[in-house]
Amino acid sequence: MQNRRWKNVLSELKHNKSAIFAIVYLTVIILFSVFAFLLPTDPDAINVGNMLASPSANSWFGTDELGRDYLTRTIYGGRVSLVVGVAAMLTSTVIGVLVGTISGYFGGFIDSMLMRIVDVISSIPWMILVTVVSIFMQPGLKTIIIVIGLFTWMEIARLVRAETLSIKEREYVEYSAFVGEKSFAIILKHIIPSVFPTIIVAATTSIAGAIMTESSLSFLGLGIQQPMSSWGSLLQSAQGNLGTAPYMAILPGVLIILTVYSFNKLGDVMRVFVEPKITAGEK
Amino acid sequence: MEKEILIKVNNLKKYFPMASFLGSSHGKVVKAVDDVSFDIKKGETFGLVGESGCGKSTLGRTITRMYDATEGEIFYNGVDIAKLPKKELSFYHKKMQIIFQDPYSALNPYMNVQEIIEEPMKLHTNISKVERLEKIEFLLAKVGMSKSDMQKFPYEFSGGQRQRIGIARALSVEPEFVLCDEPISALDVSIQAQVVNMLEDLQKELGLAYLFVAHDLSMVRHISDRIGVMYLGKIVEISPSGELYKNPLHPYTKALLSAIPIADPKTAKANNRQVIKGELPSPMDVPSGCRFHTRCPYVMPICKEEIPILKKMDQEHFVACHLY
Amino acid sequence: MKNRKLLEIKDLRTTFVSKGIRTQAVRGVSLSVNEGDILGIVGESGSGKSVLMKTVIGILPENAEIESGSIVFEEKELTKLSKKELQKLQGKEVAMVFQDPMTALNPLRKIGSQVEEILKRHRKLSKSQAKIEAINLLRKVGIPSPEKRVDQYPHEFSGGMRQRVLISMALACNPKLLIADEPTTALDVTIQAQILELLKEIQKESGMSIILITHDLGVVANMCNRIVVMYGGMVMEEGTADQIFYMPKHPYTRALLHAIPKLDSGSKERLEPIPGMAPSLIDPPKGCAFAARCIYATERCRNELPPFRKSSDSQQSRCFYTFDLNGNFIGEEA
Repeated sequence: MQNRRWKNVLSELKHNKSAIFAIVYLTVIILFSVFAFLLPTDPDAINVGNMLASPSANSWFGTDELGRDYLTRTIYGGRVSLVVGVAAMLTSTVIGVLVGTISGYFGGFIDSMLMRIVDVISSIPWMILVTVVSIFMQPGLKTIIIVIGLFTWMEIARLVRAETLSIKEREYVEYSAFVGEKSFAIILKHIIPSVFPTIIVAATTSIAGAIMTESSLSFLGLGIQQPMSSWGSLLQSAQGNLGTAPYMAILPGVLIILTVYSFNKLGDVMRVFVEPKITAGEK
Repeated sequence: MEKEILIKVNNLKKYFPMASFLGSSHGKVVKAVDDVSFDIKKGETFGLVGESGCGKSTLGRTITRMYDATEGEIFYNGVDIAKLPKKELSFYHKKMQIIFQDPYSALNPYMNVQEIIEEPMKLHTNISKVERLEKIEFLLAKVGMSKSDMQKFPYEFSGGQRQRIGIARALSVEPEFVLCDEPISALDVSIQAQVVNMLEDLQKELGLAYLFVAHDLSMVRHISDRIGVMYLGKIVEISPSGELYKNPLHPYTKALLSAIPIADPKTAKANNRQVIKGELPSPMDVPSGCRFHTRCPYVMPICKEEIPILKKMDQEHFVACHLY
Repeated sequence: MKNRKLLEIKDLRTTFVSKGIRTQAVRGVSLSVNEGDILGIVGESGSGKSVLMKTVIGILPENAEIESGSIVFEEKELTKLSKKELQKLQGKEVAMVFQDPMTALNPLRKIGSQVEEILKRHRKLSKSQAKIEAINLLRKVGIPSPEKRVDQYPHEFSGGMRQRVLISMALACNPKLLIADEPTTALDVTIQAQILELLKEIQKESGMSIILITHDLGVVANMCNRIVVMYGGMVMEEGTADQIFYMPKHPYTRALLHAIPKLDSGSKERLEPIPGMAPSLIDPPKGCAFAARCIYATERCRNELPPFRKSSDSQQSRCFYTFDLNGNFIGEEA
């Protein structure tokens, strides 16, 4: 079975150049983030004498308004953005899958209750939620992960619930219940594997979404605080210097776009990996 | 040589409330199975035929407690399982098993053959893993597959082979009774014969009783000892299978049989096919009295008013019709 | 009493291409339909019967291509027509009825308007004329109270009724040829009988030719005067209904006849299944498509494609060998 999955993925990659780019790009970004500590420069090293210097041999992407090496700050910033993206994704996915499968499988009162909760939270304007939460919690890395995680699970829950509703009608699920399998075992063994492709796609999309959201929030000053940087917060600082140092906006901006794009593409590839060929014959 | 009765169904009803806008039923029900009584003997194949909406699938699933009965009694070896709480049903799920119509949705595509066949075994038997694997090997051989298939996944098999896996799964807990819910409808003609022969062999060897639900009347006649004909939730005729085709009594049975296209051009030309008129009434709005009266060529005034009951005509042949 | 040839297919090959994999669905099929014929094409899944007809009528998906062969309808070479010209032909002279009426009907439009559209498009009727004609057509196919039902939507019709609607749409332009692809497979047996009777009546009345694609031998026995048996993308045998059922010459035809239960047989004789499975069309067998499952197959059968062998003017079988009048297999060529 493993062979077949890898074969599918390889064939997909062969025909999908953008997928190859996405995987290579993400690998590079992740490597840089993980091994950032090996970099010679310190992202927090303030060097007032060298403020807003243009890109040079010393500083490939110049320095920011406090003289800190921009490239280094961007790489460390990338690490933060990725961590937020993944952590928020995990939070929202776990909650979303739990709520979605329970709601879909048990139906009835539980379903109504859970879906009402989903509706209520979804209807509150995002910004208000975030702002209110920021009042009660210190802005920072942990806060922003929690905020994004807790307020983006609804979409996944709805998707998962819809899938669950259709999967639970399948005969192998009915058989399991008939033969006496406990409900939670059914959800684990039968529903979740079938929902997995949807989850994977939703999860990779949500990383992309989380990075975007974090960037926006940090840009607005509600997210990552100095001296920590993320691509979004870098963009925010870059605002004031657009005239003199446009590179400050371009670098994190481009990276955000490429990363979001690549995660989405990764989602496509993951889906191919996860789906076994359900029908035997070719039609 | 009277065969012992294994399952006896009395006045069984299964109604589905129609979910309306606000979640309550407002009285509209689908009377999928409406007061059905019959029995299935040990080791026999009871064929259940009828067209869409007649309730044959629902009847089978209600008898096996896949669905809960709305009313009525289901005696399995003398014990009324209709009202048994779920906890006590476990024993009966070993004795009664199911094979399904659609080989593509009957098996979990993410589980391999071994896991699929193991599932009921793990829940109902206490044997060790080693013994389980041995048994699975043995079952696969019985259904004409091999040990090397154990690690494969459903998508690697054809429809006919998947059906065999489903059969192996059903047999893994040594049942006495198997509900065959349209097990061959989705298969090619040449494969149908393979599966039917296999079911017959297994029955002889293991003494299984089958409730064979199907709409392919020729195949049902071939495999069944007795046949029940259903229409809109009720059984209208029960008879030994050969007798049913030679001497159908109920007008609906006659129409059904005459509608089957016979694979024989000369007979087809000579056959004066009685093409039944009209459409099947909606199961939500069943006609009063005899359900079939709206389409029956022999309808009489009493048919609109009184529901006919199954009357014994002669040895093992019952019919529910005011003509008799 | 030879009727005019309406459709002639010569050595047609249709292949599907997906991600570099070529699936040969139709591998060199030739057949013809005369005026007034009801031709039955019998085959199991993978035989290529559906793809064959879709090729004729020009509704193949994007990734399918006609590798070679010709389709001549009323002296027009269909493979050379543009999409637009084919569309004109579709519905006007050649009409098709499918297995699943729900996919052929637009669930969001009233039945009446869907029938009227065909009348307006192909018969150039005005709106009011089309409306009247639509009601007539629905009545003709046996739909009760057609004046009321024209204003209903597809989901308000039962399966059998929907199929009648499809038939009425197919008949709207008095086509010369009606292709019905498993038109009754999804229907209950009593409704199937009604629809088949309807088709027979219509055929008698209009003299149009019908190609009936099915896997149900009972249906072809009842409806068709000529039968083509397909397997693995090729024609195995063709002949009149009597010839195919009473004097089959091809092992596959015989095997198929023995695999189905006979309703009128006295005792419950054991079915004779055909061992094995249908062949792969991605890597089709070199020789006879049925050789892998044929109990009479020889090395030659596996390696060489048998030519057609005529046993009479109207019957031929694609086999090196044949069965004699007593049903014995003659293991040598004539």
